[in-house]
Amino acid sequence: MTGPVLRLAAVERRYTMGSEEVRAVRGVSLEIDSGDYVAIVGPSGCGKSTLLNLLGAIDRPDRGHVYLDGRDVGALGDGEATALRLRRIGFVFQRFHLLAALSARENVELPMSEAGVGRSERAARARELLSYVGLAARERHRPPQLSGGEQQRVAIARALANRPALVLADEPTGELDARTGSEIASLFRRLNDDGTTLIVVTHDEDLAAAAKRTIHMRDGLVVRDERSAPIRVGPDSAAGAGQR
Amino acid sequence: MILRLVVASLTGHRARTLLAIAGVAVSAALLLDMVMLSSGMRESFRSLLTSRGFELRVAPKGTLPFDTEATIADATATAAALRESADIAAVSPVLGGTIHLPRASGSATSSVALGVDPELQGDYVLLSGRDPGPAEIVFNDALLAASGRQVGDTLTIAGGYDPQLRRFTSPRVVRIAGRARFVYLAREQRAAAMPIAALQALGGAARRDRASLMMIRAAPGADVEAVRLWIAARLPKVTAISTATAIAQVEERLSYFRQLAFILGSVSLVVGVLLVGTLVTVSVNERIGEFAVLRAIGIARVTIIAQIMLEGAVLMLAGSLLGLALGLVTARYLNTILVSFPGLPQSIDFFLFQPRAAWTALALLGVAGVAAGAWPAWRGASLPIARVLREEAA
Repeated sequence: MTGPVLRLAAVERRYTMGSEEVRAVRGVSLEIDSGDYVAIVGPSGCGKSTLLNLLGAIDRPDRGHVYLDGRDVGALGDGEATALRLRRIGFVFQRFHLLAALSARENVELPMSEAGVGRSERAARARELLSYVGLAARERHRPPQLSGGEQQRVAIARALANRPALVLADEPTGELDARTGSEIASLFRRLNDDGTTLIVVTHDEDLAAAAKRTIHMRDGLVVRDERSAPIRVGPDSAAGAGQR
Repeated sequence: MILRLVVASLTGHRARTLLAIAGVAVSAALLLDMVMLSSGMRESFRSLLTSRGFELRVAPKGTLPFDTEATIADATATAAALRESADIAAVSPVLGGTIHLPRASGSATSSVALGVDPELQGDYVLLSGRDPGPAEIVFNDALLAASGRQVGDTLTIAGGYDPQLRRFTSPRVVRIAGRARFVYLAREQRAAAMPIAALQALGGAARRDRASLMMIRAAPGADVEAVRLWIAARLPKVTAISTATAIAQVEERLSYFRQLAFILGSVSLVVGVLLVGTLVTVSVNERIGEFAVLRAIGIARVTIIAQIMLEGAVLMLAGSLLGLALGLVTARYLNTILVSFPGLPQSIDFFLFQPRAAWTALALLGVAGVAAGAWPAWRGASLPIARVLREEAA
């Protein structure tokens, strides 16, 4: 590991739900190193996803600061924050959120197109990434023609499209059965072994167990932060695809 | 990639897209028809007046051409006086009257007759045969049909009918020299033209050396208004009307059409905007989660705005092109009905297709389509990403 890629300083976030104010994150401070694999766990409504949104610059703290690569994310304008998300952060969602009208390859190409990558280069990289997640043969299929696990692998490939500094995943196995969830967990381990910094919000114990570090949250607070020795898998032949 | 997303979005809901295009097409057709109607009569009247190359018409004092039975006395001297001006290139006197074509049964076929200078006239277009010489006449199709005659026939015409003596007066034998279309007369109106001297002779003393009007062609480069003022000063017993004045008078009389067309055109444009705006808004509402995800993965707000506005513009453009064809077909049909009203000059059209009008309608619709998508586009691109994702996950 090579020092913190992310740093949170006394971050607070409130929002209203109906007439009720929810203090989703209450003064969280932590650092996440480059190359780390962090699982954020805790009961529903404890603020995990809100924290992930703050880490990913799609939400801003009411108090405190979030620093990505030393830059205060909260101080960025909308355009800068959007560019940061495009180039430095990859997102994986629980419900995959692929565009149904586009093929698997086009979904992976989408962030690259936005980043101005040329047509041939992005097509080649999309193929490479789909091959990395084991879907080389399915590049022309559209999401409705893919299983849940396959869709999530396409979403992971999309998250890696612009060679991000970190990948954030919100319940990536939440919509998958145990066996498929285990495949995704293995893919994440491989991704981290290849150098990608990963932060995963999950209820999935297997997925959390694979992380190098587990942050436990309750009522908007970090209640335990432990580093563990995860179960490792051997390096893959396609090692490094995510960071190349 | 934006285009790919636009196509994917529109083809993803084919029925809705086709209905939207059909709705816009109807709106566009109405708009085009209204634009064509607002300028059609004016332009076809302008074309009618200018097509024969006469910029001025001289009528008896205080009248409009053929508005009354009044005639200009001393037509020969008047024409000679007009020719004194170096700014006048040609003077073509016209006398209007009625002729009768007696039948063996004692009845007759009556017709409008114009006495003209065949070499200079601007009242008819020869369709076959030749211009009338002395003792010759040209008929239009309605008169040929009513009289049962054809080009080359010789017949007797009369300038009047004496009810006391029960006989036609001033009979003349003439030969039908040609078949003509009369530009200022209705298609169904029976009409003939002959040299003005012949028609004057048919009318007897009352028509001797008389003309209903004189059509004047200005010399190249001459100031028509200056010529009109010169005529007013030189010949106080006549009124000179320029084509521009006549067109202005027509425009004034047609202001009702223009107002109607403007209101209906505006309504159709608003309907088009509302239609596209509603559909794009519905489409955006259905895809709020999709836009939040796109924003989350780093797709810029401007990209999403462009995509949504482009969807509106594509709907509007496709509808407009279809509407253009539909508008032309309906305008042609409506024009056929309207021009068949009795008494309208044959050359007048209510709906006149002008490329400029079509481009105007298309441009209005294009701008309207983009405008219709603007608000939903801004809304779709300005979503609170975290909140939408939270609500989507719930």
